[in-house]
Amino acid sequence: MVKFIKHQVKTFGLTELFKGLALTGKYLFKRKITVRYPEEKTPMSPRFRGHHALRRYENGEERCIGCKLCEAVCPANAITIESEERSDGTRRTTQYDIDMFKCIYCGFCEEACPVDAVVETRVHEYEFHERGPHIMTKDKLLAFGDKHEQQIAADRAVDAKYR
Amino acid sequence: MFDALQAFLSTFLYDWLAILITLVIQAVAVILPIMLTVAWLTYAERKVIGYMQVRLGPNRVGPGGWLQPIADALKLMTKEVIFPQQANKFLFIIAPVMAIAPAVAVWAVIPFSPEVVVTDINAGILYVLAVSSILVYGTIIAGWASNSKYAFLGALRGSAQKISYEIAMGFALVTVLMIAGTMNLQGIVEAQQGGILNWFLLPLLPMFVVYFLSGLAETNRTPFDIIEGEAEIVAGFHVEYSGMTFGVFMLAEYAMMILISFMTAIMFLGGWLSPFEGIPVLETIFSWVPAFGWLAFKVSFLLFVFLWLRATFPRYRYDQLMRLGWKVLIPVTIVWVFVVGAMKYFSFGPWFN
Repeated sequence: MVKFIKHQVKTFGLTELFKGLALTGKYLFKRKITVRYPEEKTPMSPRFRGHHALRRYENGEERCIGCKLCEAVCPANAITIESEERSDGTRRTTQYDIDMFKCIYCGFCEEACPVDAVVETRVHEYEFHERGPHIMTKDKLLAFGDKHEQQIAADRAVDAKYR
Repeated sequence: MFDALQAFLSTFLYDWLAILITLVIQAVAVILPIMLTVAWLTYAERKVIGYMQVRLGPNRVGPGGWLQPIADALKLMTKEVIFPQQANKFLFIIAPVMAIAPAVAVWAVIPFSPEVVVTDINAGILYVLAVSSILVYGTIIAGWASNSKYAFLGALRGSAQKISYEIAMGFALVTVLMIAGTMNLQGIVEAQQGGILNWFLLPLLPMFVVYFLSGLAETNRTPFDIIEGEAEIVAGFHVEYSGMTFGVFMLAEYAMMILISFMTAIMFLGGWLSPFEGIPVLETIFSWVPAFGWLAFKVSFLLFVFLWLRATFPRYRYDQLMRLGWKVLIPVTIVWVFVVGAMKYFSFGPWFN
């Protein structure tokens, strides 16, 4: 009987509902955690996988030796490579295309590369409005790598001991 | 004020034209503020819910995002209105009209302050109840005319829900009538004169809750929004509507929300009466607040509760909703009718003298 009355008081007193309301009411005054994106940005890992780049050695020689390991490992078949012998007898790529629409940004190409030539950078704020420009050619990738070399090198240095 | 305008106009116009112009101006003077309130109520809703979810809510359009409703309205108005091929065009267009017309028409009898009320008719409550019941036609017709399964399901649920909860709502109003002794809304407010203890909130506390819950169900607000039920039937009765036809449904829903808040404030919270009546010091301190100020304050709080409930509670399942309506709310109201009768017989408290 006591149990019954207790239950009825609890039900008609709407206690559970008021508990819920109190909780949301408390959160109304909590500090908001929203990041106002273009003005504020969240911290980024040095391992971030964004736009690709091709790197060079310090003497300006391109690193890529056309081994096609990245092409083989790419799960989305986004990389297309053609290579031939250069005049000095080394093998170099004549074509190195990454289809940015196919790419799933898994980072396997970077892991597979024996000479750290192809890397994924922190840059992720880019977009394509039509077909065509989304194929990143060798020239574009090398230029991109030259432009961001400092950041790329710094990120690789931070991460070096875990590789 | 409007009488003077009509007299002035009839000096140089036909009488019927003067009356017509005055009526139109009167209607605009009531409808326009309501529509603006609706616009910023949507903004307030998104902000309040955002804050309760530790987010910021809309903050891009204008400082603090307060121009967001204008951007939304522009978007809705410029969007294409799509008519489903199999839909009944006439009913498809008439449905939003059926939804918005009663939501606007009820405002004719709402007393905003001791003087400001468009038509002070004697059966005010009856009028509000009758006209807001027409709202259900908008839902049913929209669901049927869309010729879509989800819309039809939503309309079926909606009609069943609204009719069920209207009974509890009507009984809650009966208790108010028993205390106030009048159906005139102005008279109901005046019957609550004499400070916060004289409001009908205390003797009718369960009815206050019942009325507010039924109001939630009537306006399809969140614990009872199975009509829309985004998760299971996409958007219910207005799933096929786009652009401004959809916008009109939104307008109607929010206008009804504001109306329920107004009715609750008028019937249980003393309408435009100050809560400090009869308290010596506070009464003089707050004597500068206009009558409408108190009403607006009470209505804003009730609207906030609407949003608060939405941010807190999950949706009721359909059978639970029917159980609550028929097996809980209606018996409670009937019991309370007898309690109020007993209180009246023994002249209990300050309310029955």
